[in-house]
Amino acid sequence: MLLELNGISKSFLGVRVLDGVGLQVRAGEVHAVVGENGAGKSTLMKIASGAHQPDAGMIHLDGDPVSFRDPRQAQAAGIGIIHQEFNLLPERTVAQNVFLGREPTRRGLVDLRAMHERTEELLASVGQEGISPQATAGTLGVARQQVVEIVKALSLDARVLIMDEPTASLADHEVELLYALVRRLQERGIGILYVSHRLKEVFDLSSRITVLKDGKLVTTLDTAATSPEALVRHMVGRELAHYYPPRATATPGPARLALKAAGNRKLHAIDLELRAGEVVGIGGLQGSGRSSLARAIFGVNRFSTGEMFLDGSPLHVRSPRHAVRAGIAYVTEDRKAEGLVLGQSVLDNAMLALRAVTPTVAGRAARAVGIRELLAGVQVHAAGERQEVRFLSGGNQQKVILARWLAMKPRILLFDEPTRGIDVGAKAAIHDLIRRLADDGAAVLMISSELPELIGMSDRIVVLRDGRVAGELPAGPPEESVVGLATGAGS
Amino acid sequence: MTAEATLPSRWRFGRLTGIGPILALLAVLLMVIAIRQPSFYDPPSLLAFLKRAAPLVILAAGQYFVIVAGDFDLSVGSLVTAEVVIAARLIDGDPAMTWPVVALMIGFGLMVGLANGLITTALRVPSFITTLGMYLILVGAVYTWTGGSPRGALTEEFRLLGRRGIEGIPFLQQLPYAVLVLAGIATIAVVLMRSDFGKVLLAVGGNPRAAALSGARVNLMRVIAFLISGLFAAVAAVLLGGFGGVSFQVGAGLEFTAITAVVLGGVVLGGGRGSVIGAMLGAVTLEVLFTLLNLFGVSGALKSAVQGLIIIAAVAIGRTRRN
Repeated sequence: MLLELNGISKSFLGVRVLDGVGLQVRAGEVHAVVGENGAGKSTLMKIASGAHQPDAGMIHLDGDPVSFRDPRQAQAAGIGIIHQEFNLLPERTVAQNVFLGREPTRRGLVDLRAMHERTEELLASVGQEGISPQATAGTLGVARQQVVEIVKALSLDARVLIMDEPTASLADHEVELLYALVRRLQERGIGILYVSHRLKEVFDLSSRITVLKDGKLVTTLDTAATSPEALVRHMVGRELAHYYPPRATATPGPARLALKAAGNRKLHAIDLELRAGEVVGIGGLQGSGRSSLARAIFGVNRFSTGEMFLDGSPLHVRSPRHAVRAGIAYVTEDRKAEGLVLGQSVLDNAMLALRAVTPTVAGRAARAVGIRELLAGVQVHAAGERQEVRFLSGGNQQKVILARWLAMKPRILLFDEPTRGIDVGAKAAIHDLIRRLADDGAAVLMISSELPELIGMSDRIVVLRDGRVAGELPAGPPEESVVGLATGAGS
Repeated sequence: MTAEATLPSRWRFGRLTGIGPILALLAVLLMVIAIRQPSFYDPPSLLAFLKRAAPLVILAAGQYFVIVAGDFDLSVGSLVTAEVVIAARLIDGDPAMTWPVVALMIGFGLMVGLANGLITTALRVPSFITTLGMYLILVGAVYTWTGGSPRGALTEEFRLLGRRGIEGIPFLQQLPYAVLVLAGIATIAVVLMRSDFGKVLLAVGGNPRAAALSGARVNLMRVIAFLISGLFAAVAAVLLGGFGGVSFQVGAGLEFTAITAVVLGGVVLGGGRGSVIGAMLGAVTLEVLFTLLNLFGVSGALKSAVQGLIIIAAVAIGRTRRN
């Protein structure tokens, strides 16, 4: 056995992200690791490559126990990692990048010729003679930059290569190049840990698949003996522990917002209707365009093609301010970076949109009273309205943002991961609020990575994949259907 | 809010902590002065002190708006110099020119502020660089335009604002115009910061992304902050021209003194935190400190070293207190 991870556990800030996980990689094997967002894949890879240290568990390399204090030690032992984002210096040449920090020298000077020759050999050894060692790294396409990363790992005599979502930034035709490269590495006896959301790749390349869920090992399967459908069942299988507010009973009203073939750099030909009174869930993997969709509707990065209609009349949203004035509200995914002004008070945060969009001198007192009622309505627990929001819990912070938007009386609300990092009690309260808003006639769009939430809250679910609508599901679909559409396993 | 929500005593305390330290420091310095030179507290001498402090307090108020929005304005010192030198040459001793030129000075201050704001927002040049460049441009332009030494003269009418006051007031003897101007500017600044504009400006400095996603016109707000800074610098220039006289030194270093005052007043560099009252109190405190150094016979040459120490200490203390 080339690499063996046994009983690996890891906690961050008291939250257990890995719990006794183990897997083995054989020489010349492609071992896929799959799981939903937050399953612990990335943490496990970081532990294997020395970026994190496990709280418990053992790593064996060639049967000998090893422990890495940092990625350098892991590299020296023969474990390389290719990240989603590359670490190349864009202004340097390919050869300089490959030998960064350990350039071959002659009489104290960098031996350029030796460096170029060795880079050329390495490139040739993986069938990439087309890349010049003297090319500037930043001018290469994404796929070729990835090749340089891999060659860099090989130059360190890597015997285990970890690839974390290697195709995330590749175009379709570039994926073929990666496939060829992976097979070539396999022939050389290198063991590959292949993390991917895309089940097609997993089935095309791997010989075994390890499934993680909520930080635990579900199972390790032989690829030949399983199917995408069975794999998806392993990935999602769980109990529904949380109760969601009852869905809309009345038939939804007229379309508040409609998109016709709308697109931009990240989205392609999106058709979507949000009707008054319904909660439309948006499912999909990270990077599938979910947040881009909300941001485009809200005017952050606009649609460049297609049309958007608001209550039946065309509307081209120019800016978030324009969207707010048109009656659209957007609760962002990242509360701290994009939602709150952490150093300002509960009251100031709740009044931000009102003050920014409709500043007034007259009636300010009345307006503050209105905001206080809203804060009471969403049940913010704080030491006082003057308390700075940074001292509030995640749930209370989210309620302050909700109050901010409720003050604008929006007709369309866009929620991006509305309950991420929020405790169970506040979660239920926010779910109730979202449902109440819909019942009162708002059109709600809700993005969620958490499948139970997505399924429990939505009146229908639109699943995105690679910036396109992969399909639409009615209320309460099985998790497998959502994951199937999101990963393309069903097709 | 839930039932346990409103605890008035706590939020009052919370607000006080903002300007608490600067008030305490000011009180200590004032006590030292009381011991060393009790005559400082005679009303005429106190007013004379305020008259002297007025330009810096006004500059600090202007600088506050820019800093709290997350930017810097390094151009105000040279703007003051430019204004005074330009005024002297244009008025050239002709009383009829006084008021048109004062109006022109105000307009020029706004124009420089507008340029700073537009370059910083539309061209995305960091304000530190924009206003540093503007500082150099103004210095160079004024030197070139005057051929190396200031020409012309200010009229007595012009100097009135900086030097004189309403005479014959019982007990005070004279109420300086500069103090009245200061009171006006301070009122405008406080009202602005209590308004919706002020609260949104704080949000822009605290988290521009969140402000923009809530519908704020972030760039417009930042431009307005630079406009206010330019306007206030022009007002300070009118007072300083009357008070000091025409030279290339009149505004030298004032941008750093103003920034020191703002930071001393508890305003956080980078934006989003601090009150305009604190910034103005910071300027008063700085002037009191300079008065004290003078009383103790410390060389004026040390002034800039003291300022340097203060600005580093104030920022360092602010950082450690927040973490």
